[in-house]
Amino acid sequence: MTHVRLTAWVAGGLSAVLMALPAAAETRTITDATGRQVEVPADPERVFAAGPPAATLLYTLKPQAMVGWVRAPEDEDRPFLRPDSRDLPALGRLTGKGDTLNLEVLLTARPDLIVDYGTVNATYRDLAERVQAQTGTPYALIDGSFPTIPATLRDLGGLLAEPERGEVLAAYAEATFAEIDAILAAVPEDQRPTVYLARGPEGIETAARGSINAEIIERAGGRNVVEAGPDGLAIVSPEQVQAWAPEVIVTIDADFAANVGAMPEWQGIPAVREGRVHLAPSAPFGFIDSPPSVNRLIGLKWLAQKLYPAQAKGDLRAEVAGFYTLFYGVTPDDAALAGLLGE
Amino acid sequence: MTRRWPGFWVSERAAPPLLLLGLTGAMAAGVMLGPYPLSPIEVAGTLAGRPPDPQAAIVLWNIRLPRVVAAALIGAALAAAGVAYQTIFRNPLVAPDILGVSQGAGFGAVLGILLGLPVLAIQMMGFVFGVATIGLVMGIALALRGMGQVLVVVLCGMAVAALAGAGISLVKLLADPDDQLPAITFWLMGSLAGIKQADVAAALPAILAGLVPLIALRWRIGLLSLGDDEARTLGVEAGRLRLLVILAATLLTAAAVSVAGVIGWIGLMVPHMARLVTGPRFDRLLPVALAMGAGLTVLVDAAARSIAVQEVPLGILTAVLGGPLFLWLLARGVRSWAE
Repeated sequence: MTHVRLTAWVAGGLSAVLMALPAAAETRTITDATGRQVEVPADPERVFAAGPPAATLLYTLKPQAMVGWVRAPEDEDRPFLRPDSRDLPALGRLTGKGDTLNLEVLLTARPDLIVDYGTVNATYRDLAERVQAQTGTPYALIDGSFPTIPATLRDLGGLLAEPERGEVLAAYAEATFAEIDAILAAVPEDQRPTVYLARGPEGIETAARGSINAEIIERAGGRNVVEAGPDGLAIVSPEQVQAWAPEVIVTIDADFAANVGAMPEWQGIPAVREGRVHLAPSAPFGFIDSPPSVNRLIGLKWLAQKLYPAQAKGDLRAEVAGFYTLFYGVTPDDAALAGLLGE
Repeated sequence: MTRRWPGFWVSERAAPPLLLLGLTGAMAAGVMLGPYPLSPIEVAGTLAGRPPDPQAAIVLWNIRLPRVVAAALIGAALAAAGVAYQTIFRNPLVAPDILGVSQGAGFGAVLGILLGLPVLAIQMMGFVFGVATIGLVMGIALALRGMGQVLVVVLCGMAVAALAGAGISLVKLLADPDDQLPAITFWLMGSLAGIKQADVAAALPAILAGLVPLIALRWRIGLLSLGDDEARTLGVEAGRLRLLVILAATLLTAAAVSVAGVIGWIGLMVPHMARLVTGPRFDRLLPVALAMGAGLTVLVDAAARSIAVQEVPLGILTAVLGGPLFLWLLARGVRSWAE
């Protein structure tokens, strides 16, 4: 009897210890986009985003877990961000060339998880490995391609222990894609408008098809006139734009949008002649890229409205207000919406 | 007159018409070439006031012609500055940015990009910072009582240029990586893609202000290559004249860099090419270098807009052309600068 009781006590105690152990450092192992096995906390509470796309994604999924921004939000961005989040410190960026983040600063912020969202290749995989080894903080890489946004929202929602929020946002993304596909199903490829993406005050910086800065154009049903080019940005001459004769120009530069009507080298281009130069809103995150993250979902709706004013249904203001409420946790009033959309 | 340099034999009487012909040919090629499809007949028709369609007139008058004119002006300015510097410093390795004009102008312009200024203000900042850099260099050299010594001036220039370079790096670090950083990178590689009529008009006064004294004083400036003492015996006050040449060359380089970004090699390479034709005398060298610099830059810029759909930065093209050409010139054993 005694023996049995002792055994039971020991067994009970052991199991209590075994149960207590994972509770002390509750972790699980996930496989990130590069195939690395990463042991992450079950409920990450202090998460560092390695670059601007990851910061936006993290902000939409679990703002209370952010330890900081990569770059401090600008004054015009602040009204569109949650009060608790907009004053978080700017820590710097960890991805790509030219890190501006000191690893000691990173450790001072005591993150329990680092996430990066964007290009997945050997360089970024190696960087993740090194930072993880150096800081002892798990580092997960997430694939930043546009079509996988719904899956990304679900996966990262799970990773951040916010599966319901991830599901809601993923469902929104799927509905947005379906809405665009419904418009495009009726428009054959060769009847879609030609689009030029103008960046910089002169408008001669652009991005080619397939580059992360311009992929939204094809997704929204435009034909980017820059068919081939580098993955990043390129300079073209205004003469080349004249030769392309785009029907629509989308720009992220307010100066260019304001001045293009009077710039002699842009005269006669169909988009300029017919007033189809559209300035993409940029607060708190850009509609076209900058950063290339989930903020592009509302950009997609906006661009589809600009490209297909007849077919695209729905009130753009209401759509934007709904997106900002759901994703950014802030509902802009009518004046803010008018300012944002340049109406 | 016998010539001792192993250059091309061009008689003095034949040189001006040949150069003029070459420059005209280069400009004509520049006007014909570009990504907007226009046949030579259409170009000629448009220039004569009978465009095949209104769009051809816009492309030619608003885009291509200002660009060709700007390329010619900038090429001439950089070449003239290079010849002037190489002469007064009596050193064939000197380029127009030896005293830090390019770095200074570059710093001013990227600062303008960082501050989000309009394009004209960015160009103005480039110009002002370029000129101010040289002012600073000369000020330091004067304070060190080293104005008379070329080496002291050059070393001051190197130090100030290094500071401006650090400033450029700092601006890059602070810039928005999605938006401003690409603009800064493109600007530093040099391009005429954004040139318009107003830019040509803005750069012209500074370029003329730099060229006129060089042309007017070309004979006296040539004497500086003999050394200060010899120049003085011939009645030329070397210190003051050198200061004037530096100012003129600074105006030229700052104007070129502020409009087109940093374009290397033209100012180093063209003087050597010109020397092959004329020999080292500054008064003969200057007009030849002007024509060659203008023609070469027009041709290189035509290539920059025609090779690919996207612009190839001029700085890349001039370096790709300039490096091998410079080595070839070296291999020919040009001794003209030793004279």
